[in-house]
Amino acid sequence: MIKLKSIIKKLIVSSVILVMGIASANAQVNNIIPFGPGGESDVTARLQQKYYKEMFNEDMVIQYKPGGGGAVAWQSLNSEKNDGSLIMGANLPHIIMQPIANKAKAGYKTSDLNVFTFFHYTPDAILVEASSPHKTFKDLAAFAKKNPGKLTLSGSGTYSANHLLTIQLEKAGIKATYVPFKGTGAAVQALLGKQVEGSAGYSTVASKQGTQVRMLAVASEKRLPAFPDVPTFKELGYNIVSGAYRGYALPKSASLATKKKLSDRLMKINADKNFVKTMEAGGYVVVNIGHDQIDKFMAEQIKINESIAKTLGLIK
Amino acid sequence: MTSLLADFLSALSLINVSLAFVGVMAGIIIGALPGLSATMAVAVLVPFTFSLNPSSALIVLGAIYTGAIFGGSWSAILINTPGTPSAVATTFDGYAMAKKGDGDLAMSISCMSSFVGGMVGVICLALFAPPLASISLAFGPTEYFWLAMLGLTLISTLAEGDNIKSLIGACLGLLLSMIGVSVVGGDMRLTGNIGFLNSGIEIVSAMIGLFCIPVILDLTSLKGKHLNESETPKSLRLVECFSIMTKNKFAAVRGSLIGTFIGILPGAGGSIASIVSYGEAKRTSKNKDNFGKGEPEGLVASETANNATVGGGFIPTLCLGIPGTPPDAVILGALLIQGIKTGNTLFTQQSDIVYTFIFGLALATLIMLPLGLLMGRYAYKFIIKVPKEVLIPSIIFLTIIGSYSIENSILNVYFMFFFGLIGWILNRAGFKASPIVLGLVLGGIAEQGFVQAYIIGNAQEAIFTNYFGRPISISIISMILVGLFYPTLKEKFFKKKVLIND
Repeated sequence: MIKLKSIIKKLIVSSVILVMGIASANAQVNNIIPFGPGGESDVTARLQQKYYKEMFNEDMVIQYKPGGGGAVAWQSLNSEKNDGSLIMGANLPHIIMQPIANKAKAGYKTSDLNVFTFFHYTPDAILVEASSPHKTFKDLAAFAKKNPGKLTLSGSGTYSANHLLTIQLEKAGIKATYVPFKGTGAAVQALLGKQVEGSAGYSTVASKQGTQVRMLAVASEKRLPAFPDVPTFKELGYNIVSGAYRGYALPKSASLATKKKLSDRLMKINADKNFVKTMEAGGYVVVNIGHDQIDKFMAEQIKINESIAKTLGLIK
Repeated sequence: MTSLLADFLSALSLINVSLAFVGVMAGIIIGALPGLSATMAVAVLVPFTFSLNPSSALIVLGAIYTGAIFGGSWSAILINTPGTPSAVATTFDGYAMAKKGDGDLAMSISCMSSFVGGMVGVICLALFAPPLASISLAFGPTEYFWLAMLGLTLISTLAEGDNIKSLIGACLGLLLSMIGVSVVGGDMRLTGNIGFLNSGIEIVSAMIGLFCIPVILDLTSLKGKHLNESETPKSLRLVECFSIMTKNKFAAVRGSLIGTFIGILPGAGGSIASIVSYGEAKRTSKNKDNFGKGEPEGLVASETANNATVGGGFIPTLCLGIPGTPPDAVILGALLIQGIKTGNTLFTQQSDIVYTFIFGLALATLIMLPLGLLMGRYAYKFIIKVPKEVLIPSIIFLTIIGSYSIENSILNVYFMFFFGLIGWILNRAGFKASPIVLGLVLGGIAEQGFVQAYIIGNAQEAIFTNYFGRPISISIISMILVGLFYPTLKEKFFKKKVLIND
């Protein structure tokens, strides 16, 4: 009995040490995710984590700083270290729309974030539950045009990529009622439970939910390899390419060399075939927007989002 | 059948059993530390599962999760602070028992109850997952709204003493839940231009403050020991514990079923499960008046329910790909990395992984029983033996670490102290912490459900039927009405009978 007790004591002590050891692992790059664990930002960072260690023999340590749809973390970025030992997730349209919608109350400006790369995006998509009478996007659009506002679409959050898609559709004459939910999971639950007619969601929903849902149209440039039968909005005659872009930012004071080094590393992971394969299987679309293209890309995105904000009446 | 046996045996492989053992142990420790939640525990260990095969990875994550939910009861019992949010109802009777000198008994009851609840949850997961998943889909915004309303009516049951003060406390909680950016509409509410309020009140740090700080202040200002020692300090009081469990078998089964059911509803979670189960137990118990003063039945109700949500929560996670609870969301991410596709085909196409996982979860729950009892013994003895001068700073240290680690932010530590002070003052004035926390937890669910139901009803030009015409809503509404008016009606009819007899 005494032996058993001492073994248990030792086991307890060693697992405490294990847990503490994990918490204080020798960090090389701290990756601050501005959301909680389990979301798309977390999952894709976890995928990178493995390659980062293999390719550069450095640990990528993922930490979470959730709150305010990312705003809590972004407010604090410029008081962090600028030597490249810390990067922070940056998401579109969040970092453009929050400062527009909430003005000074957002606590940061888009230009406060030194975004240096976007490595993937999840295209917006219109989905219906498998048994829905709407077989194609045309059916759905015809229904919405006949009954303006009667088509209910669930989505994640307000002023989010999902929400903005419905505004772009409204501009194109398809007026639906957007029902915001807290997170993609809740929006999908409403879709599968037929609480709503359809969902303005992401392509990732179609990958995760499989045959339970039918993706009618996707807001990517080209058809997705995993879904060769789903048309893009462009093919259907709507000039909509949208979604949630995910990348990383540094504090404003970070040097160009730091920016370049980290951008090159992440782009190198992006070039790995297995990485791309896993990402695509999950419904993510890999994009290679490195530090040299970022300014042009941001300028385009700001323009698109500002025009949507005008439709919403957020800016005059 | 032979394949099921094979899955069972593969769950029992040496590596899986040792992973389950270490997972449960690490889970209990993390869960017992306030602020370090089950979600954190699972998230931290995800990278270490990359090198494992899919079912072993799932088993270790499930084991940590199970252990953490149980571990939350320790700090609830010993220092009146829920280690994880789902242990909030455990504080009501667990801490009261510990104060009286029955802390060791409470620790044993909590372990056994967690075991029973966990097992019922796993059995439901193994046998009824697909049909239960379709029930979870029948819950739309309207049903979530009414469910939150049902939870709020429990305030009158949970409350000790003054009903009016409890109602005021709950209103305060509801008001606090509205702070921050609203999900529907995106407006900034009640933030008063203070940047860090944009994200709203962080529930765990508020809870640590409201429950724990008053205890520390009392401990500092009053003479005497923190907890009274029991008369039989050497044993686990297993016989006594077992007889309590058999006496309350009905409460245990009901708690487990409530926990499983609420677990399958994504977004509801262990805290609501344990509160609803506790409320039901108190409403129907013969020892109603003893609840909140150290009634073992209350502890059984709460602890069976929160561990049953583990198995229940995996039902929508595995069948639908929708995380039932926050830790499930992390596990879902780990599944993607492992290349497993969740959804309606998982049970048919990759059933070997699923059933190995379910057996593994059952194994972890089984391991939790002896391990939890023994480790609980050490934790209890430690809290009892350690002098107050060491205990108080250690608890304060833990609360600071805990509230900091939730979002890696010092602001939550300030929040925690702020709420602690408020909680202490309100306590003096006779307001309890539990109605405030209940309002804070349920406020968001109630509000989002109400507004989403309105938007959908409005689009379909059927607002009234959307609120009052759906079958599940009608049954929840009748439960609310029965809960609210049954005591009054009973009294009335009872009085009439007495009159007739006269």
